[in-house]
Amino acid sequence: MSTDTKTAAKATQETLTGAQIVVRALKDQGVTHIFGYPGGAVLPIYDALFADEGITHVLVRHEQGATHAAEGYARSTGKPGVVLVTSGPGATNAVTGMTDALMDSIPLVVLTGQVATHLIGTDAFQEADTVGITRACTKHNWLVKDVNDLAHTLHEAFYIATSGRPGPVVVDIPKDVQFKPGPYLRPNELRLRSYRPKTDPDVEAINKAVEMMAAAKRPVLYTGGGIINAGPTASKALRELAALTGFPVTSTLMGLGAFPASSPQWLGMLGMHGTYEANNVMHDCDLMICLGARFDDRCTGRIDAFSPGSKKIHLDIDASQINKVIRVDLGIVADAGKAIGAMVAAWKAQNKKVDAPALKDWWTQIETWRAKNSLAYRPSKTTIKPQYALDRLYELTRGRDLYITTEVGQHQMWAAQRLKFEEPHRWMTSGGLGTMGYGLPAAVGVQVAHPDALVIDVAGEASVQMTMQEMSTAVQYNLPIKIFILNNEYMGMVRQWQQLLHGGRYSHSYSEALPDFVKMAEAFGCLGLRATTPDELDGKILEMINSKKAVLFDCRVDKTENCYPMIPSGAAHNEMILSDAGDGPGVSEEGKMLV
Amino acid sequence: MADIKRHILTVQVDNEAGVLARVVGLFSARGYNIESLTVAETDAAQHTSRITIVTSGTPAVVEQIEAQLRRLVPVHGVVNWTSAKGGIEREMALVKLDGGKRDAALKAAEPFKARALETGGKTLVFEIMDAPGQIDAFIAAMRPLGLLDVSRTGVAAISRDADAV
Ligand SMILES: Cc1ncc(C[n+]2csc(CCOP(=O)(O)OP(=O)(O)O)c2C)c(N)n1
Ligand SMILES: [Mg+2]
Repeated sequence: MSTDTKTAAKATQETLTGAQIVVRALKDQGVTHIFGYPGGAVLPIYDALFADEGITHVLVRHEQGATHAAEGYARSTGKPGVVLVTSGPGATNAVTGMTDALMDSIPLVVLTGQVATHLIGTDAFQEADTVGITRACTKHNWLVKDVNDLAHTLHEAFYIATSGRPGPVVVDIPKDVQFKPGPYLRPNELRLRSYRPKTDPDVEAINKAVEMMAAAKRPVLYTGGGIINAGPTASKALRELAALTGFPVTSTLMGLGAFPASSPQWLGMLGMHGTYEANNVMHDCDLMICLGARFDDRCTGRIDAFSPGSKKIHLDIDASQINKVIRVDLGIVADAGKAIGAMVAAWKAQNKKVDAPALKDWWTQIETWRAKNSLAYRPSKTTIKPQYALDRLYELTRGRDLYITTEVGQHQMWAAQRLKFEEPHRWMTSGGLGTMGYGLPAAVGVQVAHPDALVIDVAGEASVQMTMQEMSTAVQYNLPIKIFILNNEYMGMVRQWQQLLHGGRYSHSYSEALPDFVKMAEAFGCLGLRATTPDELDGKILEMINSKKAVLFDCRVDKTENCYPMIPSGAAHNEMILSDAGDGPGVSEEGKMLV
Repeated sequence: MADIKRHILTVQVDNEAGVLARVVGLFSARGYNIESLTVAETDAAQHTSRITIVTSGTPAVVEQIEAQLRRLVPVHGVVNWTSAKGGIEREMALVKLDGGKRDAALKAAEPFKARALETGGKTLVFEIMDAPGQIDAFIAAMRPLGLLDVSRTGVAAISRDADAV
């Protein structure tokens, strides 16, 4: 900055209290909604919010709910989610959501109150070492001890949360700093000296990539949540690349929607509960083009048997992901939209052609795998199969402005397998951390961002009890979220593992003493619905969709249905268990050690 | 097992609160090994510090360590002296003996160029500045001569080239 502009900035500089600086910074960052819960150490900020009309504050019922709601808001809009909580228990309650956001690369800005600077280190009332506790579950965090540092720290926090590989950040603000007057700086006056995320791809790497693609005989595009995070240009570029090459496309749990499920090139999700065709393509391919995914263990299965014959290209915005789990032949560090766009441009400019006869043979092979129909299940006329419930949910919500969130368990995997997404930002699930209790508050956040949309949380009866109190938030703000509980009276995923790995000893996985969800809904002021037989399901689903209220739907499903296909821990992609009837490879002793 | 080698990493960081905790926390969270660690502010005007870490691992692990360090927001740069070669590494140690075998110890210390410090007679304290391997050798030589205590600084490293980190 030159001296001239410095003095100019000084001249226009305003003096505000720390709390006012917070509110002003949020507004200058374009924040319209925050999710929070008050307490002693953030009262000055709540006071500043009271005096200001520009920001809508959504009062949650537990700080974990605030973080998941902010995640749902962020993931469905592409904007950062903002959370405001008090010191001590407020901050510690928010830790799960931060960790969840870190694992799934969701931009969150979490503002925590802290005890006054002179009390720090004295075990003061509601003091916790928030920056210490959250160092491991944030992309970066700050304790702002001087009001002069507050404005630029807040703007840096937004920049760091949203740029490069997105993630959660914490700004911990002592109460005295919130009261003190200090200078307000605008967002363009950033002071960061390190941290320069690389977004432009190397031309050479792109050229090498298209060369490898043109030479491939059995290629696959393996896509992940990075494409969604990179914004609409990345999904668009992916669709173009797929159209140009005719390559098959699969995706991780986090990447669903980046590529349209209606495309004939779509193989379905890969990984532990992925389709037979997707996993066999991953195993047998000769070129794997990994775009914005990270070779997570749920996707790779046994590492030493992972796609043994393929060359691998890995595109990621985070350089540390390249060669972290799987050695690749070509790493590209860049923004997914820019890099895939550059691939499309290079392919066209260099007039590249695919190996058409080889690709034709590859597709013939793929169709034989597809013909296995690995998502099939045994239907029933008397009990509702969870797969049937989701198929009906999908059919009856088609064409709607629909957003889906999930909890964690079998229902989540069935939802990923059976609900078909055509666009990014429509599917919100806890992938990396697998946080039960994510889906209900995430639905709150999604509905806040999209008041007129249909927002459905596909839930399990166990998960939903973890953050059930957020129904009250939904009622308070007229958020008509639909909680579609696949109630199998079990922690189904745990029960499934106990059946397959622990000799059917169902230790503490039965959902005992369940509440009556219909009465519970009524107690919250929502609509409660229950379906127990297949023939009443459609009518009840329609009633749910058409209701203007928040709904708790108790869908009583088969209690012992298992989720297939499944790659047991420690097995390879081509060693899938296909259905209840099939006898797979079993689980090795080493496999049992894995989660 | 692929070959595990010793590596010296120099990390240039903003000297801000918690930066050392971030670096150390990264090593413990990801199960990396720290053999020694030195840190001090090297540019007071710029508020930058240099952290020198001696670690060991397979090439793949060390590549990950470097990449993970580069991800930290306050990190300006990371240099691996082992792969960059041409680095100079030095460490300082204070080595205390009980003084019972004073003459033998003074004689044995000579080839190491260790300097005896004034202690007022009872004990004998040597100061030695050298490559870490030489310091190991010196401590081994002093062990039978009444070794009481050792304090080492950990490694500082710099390149011979004209560039900076
Ligand atoms: C917070 C949390 N605790 C424990 C687990 C381990 N876990 C994974 S799935 C699951 C059972 C989920 O049961 P439910 O919500 O009923 O879903 P279902 O599998 O029956 O569809 C459990 C306990 C978890 N993922 N998250
Ligand atoms: Mg269940």
